[in-house]
Amino acid sequence: MAGTSELQVEIVAADHFVWSGAATMVKARTSDGEIGILPGHSPVLAILAEGELGIEPVDGGRFGVAVDGGFFSVDSNRVVIVADNAQLTDAADSANAGIR
Amino acid sequence: MGAQIRVYRQKIASTTSMRKIFKAMELIATSRIGKARARVTASLPYANAITRAVSAVASQSEIDHPLTTEPEQIRRAAVVIVTSDRGLAGSYSAGVLKQSEALSELLRGEGKEVRYFLVGRKAQAYFDFRGRSFERVWTGGTDAPEFSTAKEISAAVLEAFGTDFDKGGVDEIHVLSTRFQSMVVQIPTVVRLLPLVVEEQAARTEDLLPLYEFEPETEKVLDALLPRYIESRIFSALLQAAASELAARQRAMKSAGDNATDLIKKYTRLRNTARQAEITQELSEIVAGADALNAS
Repeated sequence: MAGTSELQVEIVAADHFVWSGAATMVKARTSDGEIGILPGHSPVLAILAEGELGIEPVDGGRFGVAVDGGFFSVDSNRVVIVADNAQLTDAADSANAGIR
Repeated sequence: MGAQIRVYRQKIASTTSMRKIFKAMELIATSRIGKARARVTASLPYANAITRAVSAVASQSEIDHPLTTEPEQIRRAAVVIVTSDRGLAGSYSAGVLKQSEALSELLRGEGKEVRYFLVGRKAQAYFDFRGRSFERVWTGGTDAPEFSTAKEISAAVLEAFGTDFDKGGVDEIHVLSTRFQSMVVQIPTVVRLLPLVVEEQAARTEDLLPLYEFEPETEKVLDALLPRYIESRIFSALLQAAASELAARQRAMKSAGDNATDLIKKYTRLRNTARQAEITQELSEIVAGADALNAS
């Protein structure tokens, strides 16, 4: 699985879909500390701490998502971020068709 | 005779104005139902992700968590009853409340004490009228539930579940709400929420779950996941109930409007008959009068 070079990221909040797309890196804060996910990461299921996630999409600039708790899972380059309340803080200019 | 026509006219006027209300409510329900269903759909990714995560944990480790442990003896059960705030939705709330009676009967038959958590003013009114007690009630916005309400409800039931029996805690929790199957079929359904039964995903190779690393440890992950799982279950029950409420209201208002139309037609006919009878009578009186004059 380490061959592919991008992550499929999905961010979902309790009552709506937030964002999905391809990314090169996801940075998240867990209760233990920061964790950076690059393509090929081993499967992880971790609890998010309140704070901001950083996402570097394949196209478009880096943007952040403010979450107040939740969890995320990584497996075979698929990152699912499940947040109680997610808010895009610095929306990338393009490729964000999924934003609501 | 004149009095009869007046009565019919009044009935026609009042039925017409009622029909206007029914039609308006039907239109409102119709326009909101799409939104309610969209919200059900929008909550699915979250629910699926949580379910997947919980079953990932379950399939990998022996879950030993207070929320999933079956108490040795179930002595007290709590029932969360989800109804609507407003009426004029046909048998929507009545159906749920009827089911709640059956469920209470069943639980009491098993020797359990029953506590109630209510959602919606209709349930509150039902309990108040019968002088029954309940633990808590949430009202307002049953046709457009917020996630924060689901959070509050799950916090309340989790607290009740976490309390010892001797201190008034409960050993199991049921949720009674209406499941939205289609626009015409909504079924009051009972789901046992706690203790949780985590279904491990079917062992099909294509959706075999990977071996996750957990961060922090498995127990902590479960501590964080399970309450969310419950919130998500409650929220989805609320959303489905909202869609069901609107669908039930739309149907009820449609048939009420149709009945009003029928009534108006019937009364119009009766009014016409009465008017004709009056005219006929007046005519025969005139003719009789003229005859009497001619004869003299």
